Amino acid sequence: MKPAVNIEEASRDNELLAPGQSMESVTRDISAIPLDRPHPRFWWAAFACAFIAVMGLMASVGWLFTKGVGIWGINIPVAWGFAIVNFVWWIGIGHAGTFISAILLLLYQGWRTSINRFTEAMTLFAVACAGIFPLIHLGRPQFLYWLLPYPDTMGLWPQFRSPLIWDVFAVSTYATVSFVFWYVGLLPDLATLRDRAGTLFKRRAYGILCLGWRGEGSHWHHYRKLYILLAGLAAPLVLSVHSIVGLDFAIAILPGWHSAIFPPYFVAGAIYSGFSMVLTLIIPLRAVYRLQGMITARHLDLMAKVMMAMGWIVAYGYFCEFFTAWRSGVIYDQYVAVNRVVGPYAPYFWALMFCNVIAPQFLWSGRLRGNIAVLFCVAFAVNVGMWLERFVIVITSLHRDFLPSSWGMYHATFWDYSTLFGTIGLFVALIFLFIRFLPMISMTEMRSLAGKQKVKP
Amino acid sequence: MSRATYGVMADFASEQSYLAALKSVSQEGYRRIDTFTPYGVVGEDGLVPRPRSPVAAIMLVAGLTGGSGAFFMQWYATRVYWINVGGRPVFSWPAFIPITFELTVLTAALAGVAGMLWLAGLPRLEHPVFSDPRFRRATQDRFFICIRADEPGYSRDAARAALLRSHPESVEEVFT
Repeated sequence: MKPAVNIEEASRDNELLAPGQSMESVTRDISAIPLDRPHPRFWWAAFACAFIAVMGLMASVGWLFTKGVGIWGINIPVAWGFAIVNFVWWIGIGHAGTFISAILLLLYQGWRTSINRFTEAMTLFAVACAGIFPLIHLGRPQFLYWLLPYPDTMGLWPQFRSPLIWDVFAVSTYATVSFVFWYVGLLPDLATLRDRAGTLFKRRAYGILCLGWRGEGSHWHHYRKLYILLAGLAAPLVLSVHSIVGLDFAIAILPGWHSAIFPPYFVAGAIYSGFSMVLTLIIPLRAVYRLQGMITARHLDLMAKVMMAMGWIVAYGYFCEFFTAWRSGVIYDQYVAVNRVVGPYAPYFWALMFCNVIAPQFLWSGRLRGNIAVLFCVAFAVNVGMWLERFVIVITSLHRDFLPSSWGMYHATFWDYSTLFGTIGLFVALIFLFIRFLPMISMTEMRSLAGKQKVKP
Repeated sequence: MSRATYGVMADFASEQSYLAALKSVSQEGYRRIDTFTPYGVVGEDGLVPRPRSPVAAIMLVAGLTGGSGAFFMQWYATRVYWINVGGRPVFSWPAFIPITFELTVLTAALAGVAGMLWLAGLPRLEHPVFSDPRFRRATQDRFFICIRADEPGYSRDAARAALLRSHPESVEEVFT
């Protein structure tokens, strides 16, 4: 009898759904979180902290609108400071959701099922945080609509040959399509919440939000077609967005930016930071809400492996930057490379190397990867590392201009930091509102998994 | 007082028993069947007559329109608002591709969602099946088959008997 138990124990680690889960149990367990509110104390504590940070963001942006961008550390030569660093960081984090939902769906990776809803929501909130930065960095944010093509009485048009305008279209399309993809995925789950809600108000609210979804055969018929096609559209979209962000840099002639490796290397970095943020958030949440039966050890293991693979592509990007600088024979390119390693911002560079290149190597070991605490620390380090990467790219390339007479230093001010932490608060607050009101795991897809599971006697 | 009947509806506890019942009902010649399932079941094709979903065609047309519109907009804008960048050609089409691509995706996605909702008849907040108290489980863990009353030669008792042959959890009449 003993070996049989061991085999079952061993296979349990490899399963995407813990044994004994049925359609009824997954529906009950997931819908209980928004409807019956388990662990309200944890929720309130986390939400309150985040909310204070959101108030800080409001204050920072209010002060910015009053005084102008001079309250930040930006100046000439470093005119792109924290705002652009944070923008690129957030938009990168916003890449895991669509990657998991769309690309893994098209590749028939069944393990995406229990994490896709949460990561899609994370994508939306990260893109919302990202979108704030270019707009408040405008200097005259009241004219933000000048970025859009509209029938202007003076006959003016945006410069369509500029990557910065491509960015406007890429980010707004990405935000819209991600929202649509997420909402379409939510429709059947909102109907489930409608049918399980205890009060008339909740029934009506979820009933309106689900647009009267009945799960009818004809609904599913069109729905499935749409979902797979949206995934097909979102897959190249997610790759295009960070490529265009990469082109924002690569099309400039600045040494350290003007590099053909930027678009693919930025995409890999985006997926890298996205997966690390998913792990950072999901490891504590699955413990608090006891979702280990649905977000299993196997999910964490697979995400860790994707993260490590992306880490290697990013490391190759770093190597390529140095190799190209050396081979180019251009003294300015070579100087930027050397200045990154030993210049005034060298501590940032070495911290970046530690976080993004060295820390993920611990994940080679299956034992360390299986250790939740180690995995969490590595994922957290990668989050920090990816922020540092963008800092190093933006600041070190700008602060030493071609002529030594126009060299300068960049020092972030209090308002730079308060805006950064404010958006982190906004992100966390939105995540907690999402957990409170919507199912964070797709009940529909989990039911489909459970319904197809072989019934054991 | 008699109410108009919408049909006879049975519920099943598993995907296997539901598909078996659907097959049996379809073999008995019933065509006006509504099914309600907690997730999209693969393998219903052929059992319920259903035309090919035109969502893909809608998205293709919308995407092509949006994409060519975007390309035309950029061509037009650079022509009427001429910026000479070091003598480079004003019709520098490779630079127009990113925005063309983004707007193709945007219009295709939005049209796809609108098309899906329109084809599925949503949003529609009321429906006869909602009056059935069992129906709450259609979005949770039960699979429903409803033989509609507009079936030619519909008889309540025959429809009920046809559904009962597949051993459902229950069979009830649904009123409009």
